[in-house]
Amino acid sequence: MPLVFAGACSHAPGITGRADRADPVQRDGLYAAFDRMRRAIEDSGAEALVVIGAEHFANFFMNNMPAFCMGMGASYTGPIEDEAWLGIDRTQIPGAPDLSRRLITNIMNEIDVAYAEEWQFDHGIMVPLHFLTPRYDMPVIPVNINCQGPPLAPLHRAWKFGKALRVACDAAPEKIAIVGTGGISHWPATPDSGKINEAWDREFLDRFVNNRRRELLSYTDEETYRDGGQGGFEIRTFVAVAGATEGATGEIWFYEPIPIFAVGCTVATMNVI
Amino acid sequence: MSLYYVQKLLYNLNRDEAVRARFADDMDSVLADYDLTEEELTAIRKPDIGLLYVLGVNGQLLMHYAALKQFAWDEYLQAMRDGVAEHGPVREGIYAMVGE
Repeated sequence: MPLVFAGACSHAPGITGRADRADPVQRDGLYAAFDRMRRAIEDSGAEALVVIGAEHFANFFMNNMPAFCMGMGASYTGPIEDEAWLGIDRTQIPGAPDLSRRLITNIMNEIDVAYAEEWQFDHGIMVPLHFLTPRYDMPVIPVNINCQGPPLAPLHRAWKFGKALRVACDAAPEKIAIVGTGGISHWPATPDSGKINEAWDREFLDRFVNNRRRELLSYTDEETYRDGGQGGFEIRTFVAVAGATEGATGEIWFYEPIPIFAVGCTVATMNVI
Repeated sequence: MSLYYVQKLLYNLNRDEAVRARFADDMDSVLADYDLTEEELTAIRKPDIGLLYVLGVNGQLLMHYAALKQFAWDEYLQAMRDGVAEHGPVREGIYAMVGE
């Protein structure tokens, strides 16, 4: 089946862990947008959800850091963080090992993707799942793009990964949804936590939903760090979704800077053609 | 300076309950597994969250060590600000690697 859903969203731990400290109107608006995405995924008939994340040293470290990695486990656990700190109870999430193996095998025609049969989800995947599959009953295939420990894969490789993922999804009989999750601008877990470059975010989102490849791939890491903070490196997850939906456009369902969540909170979709 | 091993220690603490238990029971036996300088050992033992930040520890690792040591979120952020005021700018790692 072709890909049946594509979207992108934020995953900052404050979204759940510091929920009580946000403006209730902003918080509830974000939560409603997440719930709209949940319904859209369910309505698409998706049988598995591929989450393209940017994990934060939960499974991968600088002793052996893959640029791209996909899960191939029968199940996963999360969150790895303290449950009270994140505001999400630890649970088990079903995987889709057979589908994972077929996707990985196909993607390897274009990208040297690593794979992992063990994976403890951190907030980067658990926060989206908390909203998008709250019963944890949809098989999940995690993807990690290294956005934390430079050197990082160039943006054009993230795009190419997304294209390869799309080809692999379209070759599978299952209905598959993909969600990228990352920044945009933010300075997480630093003294500048809460700083958000709204203008930079909105420019990036305009490039994203209009799927302007050349402009999406034009950011250098130096520019991203200057304008979007180290958290801005996570635009790779959005770029991968844009690559997977090349030629299509999308829609921003929610964008608001919420400083206590330390990010410009985003929920967006891309049309699947 | 051995930033790699400071971060490796925190990575293992963050993801492995057995390491956390051993660290709580006998910190020095855990620290002996890593190639750390006296300054790093002091910062970890105290803990001096601000100095660890200045040494270059990534916040994605450091915030969990701070939480383990009972720093509330705002206390964690303030500790890093105090660290920069006391010890100067970040010396190494991603926050000193590119940009300003």
